[in-house]
Amino acid sequence: MTDDTTAADRATEEAGMNTEAVVLTGAEIVCECLLREGVDIVFGYPGGAILPTYDALTKYPQLHHVLTRHEQGASHMADGYARATGKVGVAMATSGPGATNLVTGIATAMMDSSPIVCITGQVPTGAIGTDAFQETDVTGITLPITKHNYLVTSLDELAEVMREAFHIARTGRPGPVLVDIPKDIQNQSTNFVYPTEPVTLPGYKPPRVGRADQVDAALKLIRESRRPIILAGHGISMSNANRELAQLCERAQIPVALTLLGKGAISEQHPMCLGMMGMHGGAEVNHAIQQADLLIALGMRFDDRVTGNLATYARNSRKIHVDIDPSEINKNVNVDVGIVGDLGEVLRQLLDRVERRPNDAWFDRIAEWRADSELREIVRPADAPQHPAVPEGKLLGAQVIRDLFEFTGGNAVTVTDVGQHQMWEAQYYQHERPHSLITSGGLGTMGFGLPAAIGAKMARPDQEVWAIVGDGGFQMTSMELATAVQEQVNVHIAVINNGFLGMVRQWQEFFYEERYNQTPMVNPDFCKLAEAYGIPAARVTERGEIEEAVNRNRALTAGPTLIDFVVEKEEIVFPMVPAGADLDDMIRRPTPEEFERKRRERAAAAEAPEEAAPEPEAPAAAATVGTRFGV
Amino acid sequence: MAKHILAALVENRPGVLARVSNLFRRRSFNIDSLSVGRTQRENISRMTIVMESDTAEADRLVKNLYKLVDVVHVDHLHSQPSVVRDMALVKVSASSDNRREVIQLCDIFRARIIDVSADSLVVEITGEEEKLEHFTELVRPFGIVEMVRTGVIALGRGGHTLKDEGYKPNRGRSSSRRNVL
Repeated sequence: MTDDTTAADRATEEAGMNTEAVVLTGAEIVCECLLREGVDIVFGYPGGAILPTYDALTKYPQLHHVLTRHEQGASHMADGYARATGKVGVAMATSGPGATNLVTGIATAMMDSSPIVCITGQVPTGAIGTDAFQETDVTGITLPITKHNYLVTSLDELAEVMREAFHIARTGRPGPVLVDIPKDIQNQSTNFVYPTEPVTLPGYKPPRVGRADQVDAALKLIRESRRPIILAGHGISMSNANRELAQLCERAQIPVALTLLGKGAISEQHPMCLGMMGMHGGAEVNHAIQQADLLIALGMRFDDRVTGNLATYARNSRKIHVDIDPSEINKNVNVDVGIVGDLGEVLRQLLDRVERRPNDAWFDRIAEWRADSELREIVRPADAPQHPAVPEGKLLGAQVIRDLFEFTGGNAVTVTDVGQHQMWEAQYYQHERPHSLITSGGLGTMGFGLPAAIGAKMARPDQEVWAIVGDGGFQMTSMELATAVQEQVNVHIAVINNGFLGMVRQWQEFFYEERYNQTPMVNPDFCKLAEAYGIPAARVTERGEIEEAVNRNRALTAGPTLIDFVVEKEEIVFPMVPAGADLDDMIRRPTPEEFERKRRERAAAAEAPEEAAPEPEAPAAAATVGTRFGV
Repeated sequence: MAKHILAALVENRPGVLARVSNLFRRRSFNIDSLSVGRTQRENISRMTIVMESDTAEADRLVKNLYKLVDVVHVDHLHSQPSVVRDMALVKVSASSDNRREVIQLCDIFRARIIDVSADSLVVEITGEEEKLEHFTELVRPFGIVEMVRTGVIALGRGGHTLKDEGYKPNRGRSSSRRNVL
């Protein structure tokens, strides 16, 4: 993350602020502090207890306030803003319901280590604890979902608390910080001088370089390995260690697997990059992890969605884990070498001394696994022979994402919601640059996509931004369409509309005998919904229509746009590691030959039902999917 | 599984106890006792945490305590020579018939009688947990009316001092007060 003091200093200079005492209210001090921290946009929603600060905002035109339609949108937008730039995103809300509505966005930012600062109004200090109107204990509520939080108890400490909040949010392992400010403190005034000393917190010292003996131990393991693999997570891009990662894998000839949030850590076009690991990762990637003799985990946290069954996870490998958070080391997976430090620093320590050597045999094995995966691939160029499982005349969600990748040249910042479309994005949209995929990984927050995309686009107006959302998650926060229109945010929305809560339906198909309880959705006409907001919209039902629709919307640069992609209802995300299964025990799409054979067997069984004894097949899930569309 | 005694120096700020106890709940740490009090430093309080767990679990707690911004330093006291004390106040039923027997027991345990009434005594006893438990077992037949314990407190012996030389009171906060006024 950027160096704290310089950012603030620069902001001070740019804003032409002096350090002489002036009489300011608490509300003005809040604005003053935001300016000094380099904030340009605040996402929020006014209300009684934060009104003094909203009034003060009128005197600070440099702080652009974005009125959301729900406070959850504000915290997601701040998160999207932060993820797109690495800068701290800011959300503002009133006390009580305003503050509680921020909660989902705060928890989302916490799980994915996203730096945001939330400012909430609180009832006056004298009323705290009396169950006053719109009073809620927001610091209590957000205690476990913030990196740190503050209830400001006197005007004296307000500026210092604001500085600490930004410092804590952006340094070390970034995360959300909440500052709760009682209304009377916003109204009081004082003779204010902005503190100039660096922030010192005795209990907070983010680590930087790794310990030399641990770096030595890591180098020894790398030297001794024959089948090494790097597991790259979100930490790479957050530490701006992308170049170092590329150098390390090239120099030591180590393939790189990515977590979902690790996408963008290294270009997916890079020959060393294998793609995504885990529950819906590539089969060849999961095989490589299970067969490796050394895992080098960089800025990732061995989430259950990437490890599967921990008891059988990469059993024959030694493990190196580099993370800035010491509590991640040996949390889920016991490692041989744990290095605590900033990834950029540690990778540079490793790079100084890592040896160049070939791993050809290892790459050949991975290539064999990949060839098998390619046989099963369902998304192929429109003019190539199609996999027999592709239904005639139907549009697949996976095809939409692949074509979107093609027609945007792979250069868009994509922001997803949560579900099947999110996994297709991860599988079919290849990212080259850091911060180009924004998605809720840890918390899996439906409704994240649209507001986070608005935040991302406002943070990087020069970038093409696509919000890829499902019909379920889109409707959780679609009121933010109004925000996008009011602010004229040029975000392109792609609704992958299958009329189902698709991922839940997939689980019901595999694990609950196709009882699709509460997953079919009756949706509004999304094009008419968009029109109601004055947003240009189109519907796409065939693959041949995708290119024109995408290009048409890309050419619209004024406000938001929308495409309603009506896709196959019961498509499946393959491959899949069932929850708790071994990482290489995947439910896979059959190869064309397997598929044809199953189809013939089923036809034969239908003709002579008596003789076709049900053959015992395992796993049960594979038996189910073998005879259905989606395979 | 063994008994682990951790000592933590924390900044004296509102809510710090809530943060620590919330951490225990949130990450499912099973805590036997927790005691908190001020130290010789104005801005620092000291917590003593006792938990029954394996070493990996205790290490995990230490790392998670360090993640709290208000926690300045944490140390394992069980892995070094240390003095460990617990204290109890016990109100024991005692009439003129058997008061002498209770007083005898107290003498043996070097416990002090700090209040006497017609039908009970209040006893103050200090020592390691085992001693306290042994004592309460022995006075139980007389009838324990009520009792309270402080939980364990501990200090390293001799040179084993919690390293807080890096600690400086928050300059920024105090100077901001100066500036603001």
